Amino acid sequence: MAKKVIVQANLNDNDTEFLSEPRQSLLEVLRETLALTGTKEGCNDGNCGACTVMVDGRIVNSCLMLAVEAEGKKITTIEGIAQADKLHPLQQSFLEEAALQCGICTPGFIVAAKGLLDREPKADEHRVRHWLAGNLCRCTGYDKIIRAVLKAEKEL
Amino acid sequence: MTTTENRPQFKVVGTRPVRHDGLEKVTGKAKYGADVILPGMLYGKVLRSPHPHARIKSIDTSGALKIPGVKAVVTAKDLPIQSDKMVELGEAHANMKQIAENCLANDKVLYKGHAVAAVAATSPHIAEEALDAIKVVYEVLPFVLNVDDAMKPGATLLHENMVTRAVLGGKPDPAKQVGKSNVSSEMRWVGGNLEQAWKDSHVIVEREYFTKPVHQGYIEPHVTTVNWNPDGKITVWTSTQHTFGVRQQAAAILQVPEGMVKVIPMEIGGGFGGKINVYLEPAAAMLSKKTGHPVKMVMTRKEVFEASGPTSGSHMKMKVGATKDGKITGWQLWLAFEAGAYPGSPVAMGAMCSSAPYIVENFDVSALDIVVNKPKVAAYRAPGSPIGAFAVESTLDELAEKLGMDPMDFRLKNAAKEGTRQITGAPLGKIGNIEVMTQVKNHPHYKSPLPVGPNVGRGVGMGYWFNIGMQSSAALNVNPDGSVSLVTGSVDIGGTRVAVAMQAAEILGIRAEDVIPTVADTDSIGWTGVTGGSRTAFATGIAAINAAEEVKKQLIARAALMWEVKPEDIEFKDGLYINKKSPKDSVTMKQLAAKMMMTGGYVTASATANPRMAGAAYGAMIVDVKVDPETGKVDLLRVTAFQDAGKAAHPSYVEGQIQGGAVQGIGWALNEEYFHTTDGVMANSSWLDYRMPTSLDLPMIDPVIIEVPNPGHPFGLRGVGEVGICAPMAAIRNAIFRATGARMYHLPMNPGSIVEAIGAKKAAGHTNGAAKK
Repeated sequence: MAKKVIVQANLNDNDTEFLSEPRQSLLEVLRETLALTGTKEGCNDGNCGACTVMVDGRIVNSCLMLAVEAEGKKITTIEGIAQADKLHPLQQSFLEEAALQCGICTPGFIVAAKGLLDREPKADEHRVRHWLAGNLCRCTGYDKIIRAVLKAEKEL
Repeated sequence: MTTTENRPQFKVVGTRPVRHDGLEKVTGKAKYGADVILPGMLYGKVLRSPHPHARIKSIDTSGALKIPGVKAVVTAKDLPIQSDKMVELGEAHANMKQIAENCLANDKVLYKGHAVAAVAATSPHIAEEALDAIKVVYEVLPFVLNVDDAMKPGATLLHENMVTRAVLGGKPDPAKQVGKSNVSSEMRWVGGNLEQAWKDSHVIVEREYFTKPVHQGYIEPHVTTVNWNPDGKITVWTSTQHTFGVRQQAAAILQVPEGMVKVIPMEIGGGFGGKINVYLEPAAAMLSKKTGHPVKMVMTRKEVFEASGPTSGSHMKMKVGATKDGKITGWQLWLAFEAGAYPGSPVAMGAMCSSAPYIVENFDVSALDIVVNKPKVAAYRAPGSPIGAFAVESTLDELAEKLGMDPMDFRLKNAAKEGTRQITGAPLGKIGNIEVMTQVKNHPHYKSPLPVGPNVGRGVGMGYWFNIGMQSSAALNVNPDGSVSLVTGSVDIGGTRVAVAMQAAEILGIRAEDVIPTVADTDSIGWTGVTGGSRTAFATGIAAINAAEEVKKQLIARAALMWEVKPEDIEFKDGLYINKKSPKDSVTMKQLAAKMMMTGGYVTASATANPRMAGAAYGAMIVDVKVDPETGKVDLLRVTAFQDAGKAAHPSYVEGQIQGGAVQGIGWALNEEYFHTTDGVMANSSWLDYRMPTSLDLPMIDPVIIEVPNPGHPFGLRGVGEVGICAPMAAIRNAIFRATGARMYHLPMNPGSIVEAIGAKKAAGHTNGAAKK
């Protein structure tokens, strides 16, 4: 086993230091080392988006990024989306629009959708569908998810 | 949304409150199966067969045990010897010996990916590396990958002693000659006079269909964590649709008393029927027993595809006739379903369900269950029904076309109704079949002109699922603030906490938000069946209603005590307990709850229900497609999905079930399949290659809820979870025909096969099989 590396990163607005084996993905370290289990693993090969996080404002499949690559980066996970006393409009609209069934893909969708709305707050339905095509949901048929994102745009 | 009958107005049922568990799920706080972390926990990994069929000559685990960090290895030899005990598991029976051997192969491996050994180590990486150090010697055997090869004389036998079980009309068929075979059972239903029916037919259509296995595709892989204490107590933290079923299976396989096993349900990341059987629990339990530590095991996505249940691939033949005015005369259906490595495909349900929308008087229906060298199939949303419906709804579309009839007029002419006998002889109860068909026919989508342009077409299809009841338990505890804690044993896979809580709230005259639902472990609630069979909102709802009625009765007694009158003197109305002798005296539940300690202590109630009249569900789809004849790509322009919900408890989540079922059906229709290469290996065992629908592939799915109340439920609910997946395949196939003139007989209807079908049509001038007469 290769020696662990100290990684310094800003995680959900906190400067953080953690140890990582060079082979560990950011997803594995978030979940297993840092106990941030809100980021989910669906495939571990970059095809489902359940592990979506934001790295310096860009959405990334955290299963495809090594934890050591997080050095000096700003990482936002689902645990960093809401304020202490207030949900993010996306989280609120997902609840109101019943945009989740089992909920396992939901953190990834919300982080990915935030990535879109941060850049394009007026994205239309087609653009939302295009942007979220990297996130798989097997329960909803996407209909209510798309509606929830479009609704959140109005709240932002 | 449509209501076809006037019902008493409900206060809570039929509204759309935010689900109680929603906040934790949108913030990442909810704990799913893989989120379990326990002190001293080890990680398990499974060694799987590289061959589709082989005899295990020897397994040498010594190399793995020498690796630092490896704590234990188990094989089938570590499990107790199993007998062929059958257990009831929700929608199907299961043979415990076969489930155990599916978890750890004994003398033979029966599919690529079949578990052979499992390792526990201090990290998942070490466990994975240790798999390479286990030496297995195989004697490779010939294999069969589809029903036709499996039935050929001289085909390799997966189970050397298996004899076909022949059943006619539900009873053993002594006339049928049976021998050793890969056909585990052949069920047949015969009725009326088919010979005469063909003579009476103006048109007869005879067609043949092939479908591939498809996976449920839940986003959360299978996962379990098991701790086996030295005192014999076993705790399982898992993601399952059926906690009591996991307890039952684990106890049977490990041969320990059921009471020694406690199953704690974590939040579940989808199931669709695929998370009922155990896969990892026996190995994790034995690894925990050997090491004294909890052991967590998580499947990779590749393992989920290769070693958990898809649903069946199939070969089907259908012959159906009709009179000149469109009445169905004869109905001959032959279904052969892949069961995977062990018997138990949903072929019988495919045969029964696909016939259920229609009056079928002269029939001969056969259903063959056939083992092949692929993973054992598991339940998948209305198991069997969508496959049968693809054959039936496609053939009927051609029949209607030949008669020159509108496809919905044809269906309405032959529509089954209450009292119609199914092919099994059982009459249908109160159903919404005709109401669904009528709604389709009258819907603006159906009446609208097709979108302008070439290669555009519209198709329709019907679907049926019988739904199940079964036992559920619920406990209610009134809190001093007037809220009520609701404990059930039903894992919440898509909004049933709120749907069940709303039913208790309706009875108690309080808000859905004032009921606080919890899903409990197997030690903390009465026996509760699977979250499956579309039963949870229905059956667990009835348990909650019964418990709420008991709470109400106790609260009425408390109010009577307060006013020194008899309980009969108390009227309950709109959430108020009113003293009939002095109508100005009235209290709310909140006020009564605040005084519980002065009127006899805390109010609690529990109930268990075992309802039988689940109320069958009918569904339908209208779909408009545009086909690119050059590439074969199908674009869905408009999709409307219809379903009889009886009464939609929470319409948003009913719509969600309709939409989700529709989209799984769309994936099945157009893209999804287990693609096996000739070496018996699944070549597309990743989501990149398996390719489920993404948001970009789809339009909005317009759900239409029809409400024909189910007399078997106090509020009229029917199960809503499954039937939505039945209609899409044939509806899309029928739309593709109208767009291109090509009839498709295989699933999936992927671009290559559509280009081929269009080309074949051009070359031949007509399609597969010619209409007689």
